[in-house]
Amino acid sequence: MRVARAIVARDLTLAVRAGGGTFQAVLFLSLAVIIYALAVGPDVGTLSLVAAPVLWASALLATIVSLDRVFQADFEDGSLDVLVETSDTLSLSVLAKAVSHWLSTGLPLVIAAPILGILLGLEPEGYLPVAASLAVGTPGLSLIGALAAAITVSLRRASILVTLLTAPLYAPVIIFGVGAAKAGAAGEALYAPSMLILAAISLFAAIVAPLAGAAAIRLNLD
Amino acid sequence: MAAAIYEFANPQRFETVAQRVIPFAAASAVILLGFGLYFALIASPADYQQGDSVRIMYVHVPAAWMAMMCYSIMAMSSITGFIWKHPIADVAAKSTAPIGAVFTFLALVTGSLWGKPTWGAWWAWDPRLTSVLILFFLYLGYIAIWEAIDDKSRAARIAAIVCVVGFINVPIIKFSVDWWKRGLHQPASVLRADGPSIHSTMLTPLFLMALAYMAIYACLVLISMRNEFAERRLARLERGREEPVSTVRAA
Amino acid sequence: MNAPPKIPPEPAAGAGLIVRGLGAGRGGRPVLAGVDLDLEPGTATILRGPNGAGKSTLLRAMAGLVRPTSGLIAVRGGNGGLRENVVYIGHADAVKAALTVRENIDFWRSMYGARTSLAPEIAERMRLMNLLDQRAATLSAGQRRRLGFCRALVSGKPIWLLDEPTSGVDAGAVETIIREIETHCQMGGLVIVATHEPMALGNARTVFIEPAR
Repeated sequence: MRVARAIVARDLTLAVRAGGGTFQAVLFLSLAVIIYALAVGPDVGTLSLVAAPVLWASALLATIVSLDRVFQADFEDGSLDVLVETSDTLSLSVLAKAVSHWLSTGLPLVIAAPILGILLGLEPEGYLPVAASLAVGTPGLSLIGALAAAITVSLRRASILVTLLTAPLYAPVIIFGVGAAKAGAAGEALYAPSMLILAAISLFAAIVAPLAGAAAIRLNLD
Repeated sequence: MAAAIYEFANPQRFETVAQRVIPFAAASAVILLGFGLYFALIASPADYQQGDSVRIMYVHVPAAWMAMMCYSIMAMSSITGFIWKHPIADVAAKSTAPIGAVFTFLALVTGSLWGKPTWGAWWAWDPRLTSVLILFFLYLGYIAIWEAIDDKSRAARIAAIVCVVGFINVPIIKFSVDWWKRGLHQPASVLRADGPSIHSTMLTPLFLMALAYMAIYACLVLISMRNEFAERRLARLERGREEPVSTVRAA
Repeated sequence: MNAPPKIPPEPAAGAGLIVRGLGAGRGGRPVLAGVDLDLEPGTATILRGPNGAGKSTLLRAMAGLVRPTSGLIAVRGGNGGLRENVVYIGHADAVKAALTVRENIDFWRSMYGARTSLAPEIAERMRLMNLLDQRAATLSAGQRRRLGFCRALVSGKPIWLLDEPTSGVDAGAVETIIREIETHCQMGGLVIVATHEPMALGNARTVFIEPAR
């Protein structure tokens, strides 16, 4: 736990200092939303129909774009060696990396998405479900993404590989994420089945991704 | 038992077994494919609703089965290779991937061709077709990992992680896509507790084609595995010539 | 200035390192074969050889970062195995440019969790005291190398594996590093330094890494 806390604290400091991660993710989200709006057209009625899916898709793409940094910098400057050397359980350190990725990238997306919903004519009753579904789903995105980043950390063309590896695994997350957002907007309780399944996917990823990610990192340092 | 596995797992022994099995598999593939296509295209009745376009099913459905079967074989080989670090299992997984990807692609294309007359469109976001499409990308990701790593034993183990993570996600993807849209397909109709519900004149070509595909797979995977081993032997020989290995000497 | 409370450095346990018939590779190609080494606690060893001979691979294998293809590496004495006893400082020395000297040292301290001196004292020993609150990005190459070396001091590990610790470091700083290595050996520690040039390390044994046969 000491190690995990140190990693999260350091990564958040780095994210704030370098300013890259958080800013880039929110910027990407905003641009994606604007591009979707330009593509769909100015009719607010049409836009409000696709608001929740567009926000989810944009958040997912913003996450994918941010993933190549999860382990890359640590790999290049030798910090990944320290992580391996110091961890009794490397998987806990991988979990810590995923947590800091979520805090620096996922959480800002959760906060920014409903605000961008204004541009898309999101119905007032849709704000909370969109934010809630993203809050439940984006940890899953960060975890699966951290696994893909661990798998590709020493490889050529890592960013395209990360995209190829994550996209199929993200399919269930976006399906249930949008499902939960829409169900909430339609007046169902926040803990609708789709939200519960979304939570189950994130929890499942929290078990599988750190274990598999730790194995991948050891192999990549070889 | 373990000794017997290792006996077979020796690449040299594999070579002799493969040499004997490949011609047999090739001959079976030709014969089964001949009979299968005869029954599928000529000796089976047209569907009373779909007409002759139902015959696409005999190419499509077994291809979709093979797409799943090949991925399962990859997953089993990957687990075996990861735990026991056995090169034959690694190579089996690697060689299966492109063949499985081609069957998956065949299932997608024939599904699309079948969709035009039955659904009126080349593509419908039917749940099963959608899962197969996602499966196709899982195959591509797995193949890309092998391509990106030069060190074969490291590639095998990292690819194994990718394969197994994909494999445990297949049911989740399937479930999510089913949930996403109620299917246009009819419910599973061949494997049912109360026996198959489609007529036996259709079952014969379906199973013949499935067997033909399996024989094609066996033949291709063995050839591909032999090539892979030959390539590795060649690489070892070339490397042995050019690169001296270091050791430590006290002053 | 308030002097930080002095915590005595953790006494290095008498851990030795044994290497037998070690083979290891890099990127799937064999680099090392048949390496035998016996390293006693309290000694320093200089590992010399040309670039690409496999010095880093050997150090990384001894640090448990590279899986040997054959042979074994074992810790004799000490508590636990490689991970509990070894710290490896490579070319990439894990310094984060966006963090200050103090933050870098503090991060390593909490990662290794050893009861070692606090950041200011460590920085003092490596003559980085006046840079304590500067970002590592502003350091010169030699200062940065010294900061990287601080990780060995805070790790609390008895066995130090150092890959070219003095490259790009000026003469005065080389002396500082050598003094720290000698002190560590006197306290029962074990140090292995990989370098492509000679190094004035008293009492150190030199071994050469060169093509087999």
